[in-house]
Amino acid sequence: MCLGIPGRVMEIYETNGVRMGKVDFAGITKEVCLAYVPEIAVGDYTIVHVGFAITQLDEASAQESLRLFEEMGVLEEELGEVSG
Amino acid sequence: MKYLDEFRNPEIAERLFAEIRRITTRPWAIMEVCGGQTHSIIRNGIDQLLPPEIELIHGPGCPVCVTPLEIIDKALAIAAQPGVIFCSFGDMLRVPGSSADLFRVKSEGADVRIVYSPLDAVKLAQANPERQVVFFGIGFETTAPANAMAVFQARQLGLRNFSMLVSHVLVPPAIAAIMESPHSRVQAFLAAGHVCSVMGYWEYEPLVERYRTPIVVTGFEPLDVLEGIRRAVAQLEAGEARLENAYPRAVRREGNLPAQQMLADVFTVTDRGWRGIGVIPQSGWRLSDRYRDFDAEVRFAVTDIHTQESAICRSGEVLQGLLKPNQCPAFGKECTPRTPLGATMVSSEGACAAYYQYGRFVQSEYDAQDAL
Repeated sequence: MCLGIPGRVMEIYETNGVRMGKVDFAGITKEVCLAYVPEIAVGDYTIVHVGFAITQLDEASAQESLRLFEEMGVLEEELGEVSG
Repeated sequence: MKYLDEFRNPEIAERLFAEIRRITTRPWAIMEVCGGQTHSIIRNGIDQLLPPEIELIHGPGCPVCVTPLEIIDKALAIAAQPGVIFCSFGDMLRVPGSSADLFRVKSEGADVRIVYSPLDAVKLAQANPERQVVFFGIGFETTAPANAMAVFQARQLGLRNFSMLVSHVLVPPAIAAIMESPHSRVQAFLAAGHVCSVMGYWEYEPLVERYRTPIVVTGFEPLDVLEGIRRAVAQLEAGEARLENAYPRAVRREGNLPAQQMLADVFTVTDRGWRGIGVIPQSGWRLSDRYRDFDAEVRFAVTDIHTQESAICRSGEVLQGLLKPNQCPAFGKECTPRTPLGATMVSSEGACAAYYQYGRFVQSEYDAQDAL
């Protein structure tokens, strides 16, 4: 139940005085409460849990993590080749 | 899907597996706290591809599983009352109470509805002013801001016909309880990423200090889980105990401050019973006194609850990491997702349901050979 899905904010508006918006999940658009991400803007990514944006997704940090994963073991491989 | 598919890349996963194999020299027991992570691990076979020295112990992070039987029985009693619309997340409907579940009560005529967001329940209350709408507010810290917003909004709108049956639970006191248990074999924790998106991870710093146990904030996709495991193993092998954040794209140290502000207004910390585990002090939230009027337990004053657990279900041991689901004699026999004896066989985050869904009927290949 703690699953959160990343999606892209498409539209921001207010309903009953609460900040709401439309978020796109790879082609499926859902209404999401944006009250807890007051700084998020259209085009930003967020993580959505039970219809609520719980945090802004830090895209630079995501790319950095992927870069670190891709580099993992590369040094050992190269060293292995040298010593082998 | 962007930021999902990249973190499921099997070639990069192989790199992480290789790195974990390279650094592992001794046996280590690591608990993934969250049931969402348990499902990711079992679905992707991560536990089977790790070096045999590493054991993953499945934690109690399944909110549906730990919701106390007494609260389930109260939910059933409230849902059965005439004029009530009882709203719940879908996971809750098959969770066995003492003598029935919400599906059964619904089939007997109660108006039980599955909602996607707690705000849907508020909308139902607006649209049905002559009915009492009750929302079953369960979950960990991840779900609490959503439930809090529903109560807050109902109060703003002056809705007299909305209330919430609250059974919220908190992760840090559960980690403390596990570490205090004399049976615990846990040497490191993968903390639940989205709980930390809301609460931050500063709360875990004292736990790392007190128990000298590494805690790694970890996400849910296969690469995230592997990175969490890799960092935990690296610390264990080096004899270190630190708090690390392996899910930085979604988690900041301070967490989500607007959400925390709402939580502080709507909820207050309370002792909470965990199904199968028992009462853990200061381990849950109830509605704060300001929102007492919205408390379904007060509004419906349900008394005369006599709980009766299944005599053969061992989900309590599963939730504490003392028993693997397929070590339970009832697993896959008397107890299946269609005929669950305990909540761990029902929820999409329950460890028993994960083992059943992904065909883990035998403990290991060695056990299977023994059985032959």
